[in-house]
Amino acid sequence: MSAETLQDARRQIEICNACRYCEGYCAVFPAITRQTAFADGDITQLANLCHNCRGCYYACQYTEPHEFAINLPRVLAEVRTDSWKEFAWPSGFARAYDKHGVVMGSIVVLCLCVLIFVAGSLQRASGGEGFYAYMSHTLMVAIFAPAFVLPLLATFVSLRRYWVHVGGGPITLHSWRCALQDVAHMRDLGGGQGQGCNYEDEDRFSNARRIAHQLTLWGFVLCFASTASGTILHYVFDLPAPYGLLSLPKLFGIPGGLMLSAGTLWMIWLKLCADGGLSDARVRGGDMAFVLLLFAVSTSGLLLYASAGTGRMPHLLTFHLATVLALFLTLPYSKFVHGFYRLAATLWNADAT
Amino acid sequence: MTSPFDIIVVGGGNAALCAAIEAAEAGARVLILEAAPKPYRGGNSRHTRNFRCMHDGPLSVLIDSYGEDEYFEDLMRVTKGNTDEVLARMVIRSSQECLPWMAAHGVRFQPSLSGTLSLGRTNAFFLGGGKALVNAYYRTAQAMGVEVRYEAEVVHVGMTEGVFTHVDLKNGTQIEGRALVIASGGFQADLDWLAEAWGPAALNFLIRGTPYNRGVVLRDMLDQGAGSVGDPTQCHAVAIDGRAPKFDGGIVTRLDCVPFSVVVNKEGQRFYDEGEDVWPKRYAIWGRLVAAQPDQVAYSIIDARSRDLFMPSVFPPIEADTLDALRIRLGLPEETLHTIETFNAACGAGKFSPQELDGLATKGIMPAKTNWARPLTQPPYYAYELRPGVTFTYLGLQVDETARVRANGVPLANVWAAGEIMAGSILGEGYLAGFGMTIGTVFGRIAGREAADHVS
Repeated sequence: MSAETLQDARRQIEICNACRYCEGYCAVFPAITRQTAFADGDITQLANLCHNCRGCYYACQYTEPHEFAINLPRVLAEVRTDSWKEFAWPSGFARAYDKHGVVMGSIVVLCLCVLIFVAGSLQRASGGEGFYAYMSHTLMVAIFAPAFVLPLLATFVSLRRYWVHVGGGPITLHSWRCALQDVAHMRDLGGGQGQGCNYEDEDRFSNARRIAHQLTLWGFVLCFASTASGTILHYVFDLPAPYGLLSLPKLFGIPGGLMLSAGTLWMIWLKLCADGGLSDARVRGGDMAFVLLLFAVSTSGLLLYASAGTGRMPHLLTFHLATVLALFLTLPYSKFVHGFYRLAATLWNADAT
Repeated sequence: MTSPFDIIVVGGGNAALCAAIEAAEAGARVLILEAAPKPYRGGNSRHTRNFRCMHDGPLSVLIDSYGEDEYFEDLMRVTKGNTDEVLARMVIRSSQECLPWMAAHGVRFQPSLSGTLSLGRTNAFFLGGGKALVNAYYRTAQAMGVEVRYEAEVVHVGMTEGVFTHVDLKNGTQIEGRALVIASGGFQADLDWLAEAWGPAALNFLIRGTPYNRGVVLRDMLDQGAGSVGDPTQCHAVAIDGRAPKFDGGIVTRLDCVPFSVVVNKEGQRFYDEGEDVWPKRYAIWGRLVAAQPDQVAYSIIDARSRDLFMPSVFPPIEADTLDALRIRLGLPEETLHTIETFNAACGAGKFSPQELDGLATKGIMPAKTNWARPLTQPPYYAYELRPGVTFTYLGLQVDETARVRANGVPLANVWAAGEIMAGSILGEGYLAGFGMTIGTVFGRIAGREAADHVS
C-alpha cells in the first residue's frame, strides 16, 4: 500500500477525531472516536467501512482551500483501492484495478464472444431444446462452473488476507445479523437520518444513490436466485430450460433483470453527475466498466428472453453468456469486490461496537 | 426605485441567512452579499456546532427540560450580569420556538457528540456541524429566490438623513435597496484593530474563525453615528493549541487538557487555578489568562495517567521521559522543575475523579489547584503549547427588541442588525456555549420579518 496515502489518511483521521462534528453521518466516525492512535490496519478497516456518501466532505470546515485540506472521501477511496490491490490473489492480477477498465472490459467481452461462438458452433448439432439447441448444457457447465468457483476462491483468499491485516477475530452470529441488516438497508448510504448522500448535486441530500444501489444489489441477487433455481430444477427435478413465465427462474429473473438494468443505468448517470474529486480518480474508468458490464449482463439477459424463437437468439445468447463470464472472471479484480470488503468491514465494525 | 432588490443582507452566516429566509418567506426580494468566496461562506457559523435552546420538556434531540430562569442564570453567571435582561429573556424564550423552525428550513440535529455529554440537555447539536447548517440554509434561501453574491464585500452603507439608500461594494459596485439587514459579524480578524485595545500583544493572537470578519461595516456604521454596545477593548478568547493556523483553525485546535494539567508560563510559573471548575465552564477564561502572560504563551503539562482523559487534539503533544527533558524541549527555564515539585508536594490524598468536581485540591500553594490536583509522577510526560485564540469581539451595534439599529439617539428608519454584530447587547462578557447561534437565529429572524414588513 502507498505509505504516503496511508499517512495522509492518518493525518486527516486525526483531525476528524479532534472535531467529531460528523459523528452522526455513518459508522466511520464513531469508529474513529473509539481510538486515539491509528495503525495501518485500522486505517484500512476505516477505508473499507466508508461508503463514500460524502456527507462529511460537504459539512467539513477544513476542505480546500483550507490548509488542512481535508478530503476524507477521496483519501479513504484511495486507501480502499490500494488495499484491494494489496490483498488481490494471485497478486499479478491486481493491476487490473487500474483505470484502463473500460478498455479491459470491452476486450474481455469481445474475446469471449468469439470464443463462445466458436465453441457453440462445434456443438450445434447436439439436438437440445431452447438455448441448448445452440450450446449444450454440458459445455455451458464446463465453462461456467470453473469460471464461477475460481474467482470466488480468489476472493476468499483476498478477504482472509484483509481479515488478518485488520486484526479480525471469529465472527459472532450477532455481528452477522447486524452487518447483514446494515447491508440490506444500505444504512451507510442513508446519511445517518435517512436523508441520503451528498452525491449528484453537491451538498443536497438525496436517496437517489441509495435507491439505485438497492435496485442494483437486489436485482443482482434476484438474477442470481434465478440461475440458482434453474440449476436446482435442472439437476434435482430433471426439468431443463426453457422455463415458462410462472416458473421460479422467470419470476426471479425478469424483475431482477429489470431492477439490475434500471439500477445500473441510474448509477452511471449519478456517477457522471458526482464530483470526481471525491473518489479515487485512478479507478474511475474501471468502476464505470464494472457498472456497464452489470448493465450489459442484465439487459442482454432480458433481450434474450424477449428474443425466444427468433433468429437473434443465438447471438444474444452468446453475448449474454460472454458478459456473465467476463463479470465472474474479473470479479476478484474489479469493483465487484467492494461488496465483499464492505461486508467484511461492516462485520468487523459490528464486532467492535 | 429601480433596484431589483427590496432587502439587502450584508453577511452570509447564520443570522444573515435566517433574516434572508424570513424576508423571502414574507415575499420580499432579497440579496445576500457575502464577503467570503463560496468555500468560506458562512462566517463564524461554519465553525459552530450547536444551538442553546430553552425547552419545557424533551424537544427534538434535547432531553429533560431547560427553563427560562435556569438559562438566564447561566447567562448571568458567565456575563457577570453584563447583559440586557429584556433582550436576553426575549432571546431565551424565542429559542424554544426557533428549533422547530430551523428543522423546517433544512437544519438537522443530532444528540450531543461524544465528549460533550455535559451539553446534552441544553444544546442541540447540528448534524455535521455549522457548515452543514449554513449549507442547508443557502439551499433553502436560494430555492425561495434569494440571490447570493460571493466575494461581495460591503465597504460603505449609504444613508440620507437616517434612511438607508444603498451599499457600496469594494469592487466599486453600488446596489440600491429599500431596507438593510447588517449581519456581518465582529472585527476579530482585523489584528490592527485588536492591537488598538491590546497593544502589540494582539499580533500574537490566533483567530479561531473566519478571516473575513474585519468589522468594515461595523466601523462604517459607527463612523456614521450608529449607537454602539459592548466593551470595544474586549474579545472572547480561549486557550488553543499554539501550533494552530493563524485563521480558521476552528474546533480542532482547542485543548481540553488544562483541568488535568499543571499550566506554567514561559518563566516556569503557575498563574491560575487549573481545576477551578469543569472545563466547559472554564475554557472561556483561559484565553485572557494566557494573553496576560509574557509573549502570550503558556504550557499545559500532564503525565501519562492523564493522557486519555480528554479529547485528542489535532496536533500531537510534545513528549519526554523526564520532566527535565520536557522543559528543555519546550525551552522553559529550570524554575519549571521547582514549580512542578512544589505542586506535587502540595497534592494530598483523595479520590481522583475526572468526570466531576472531585475536590482533590492542593494545600499551601498559590495559586491553588482546587480539583483534580494529582502530582505529575508517571512518565512519559506531555505538554501542549497554549496561545490565545480569539473567537469574537464584543463591540457592536446597539439594537432594540425589533433588531432596529439606532443612530445619533434615534432609531434608523430601515436598518436592522443581527448576529455577532449586535450580540454584545446581550453577551457583554464571557460566553455561553451555543448562545451565539441562538442570538443570531432569534435576531436574524426578527430582522428579516421587520425588514420585510417595512418594504411590503
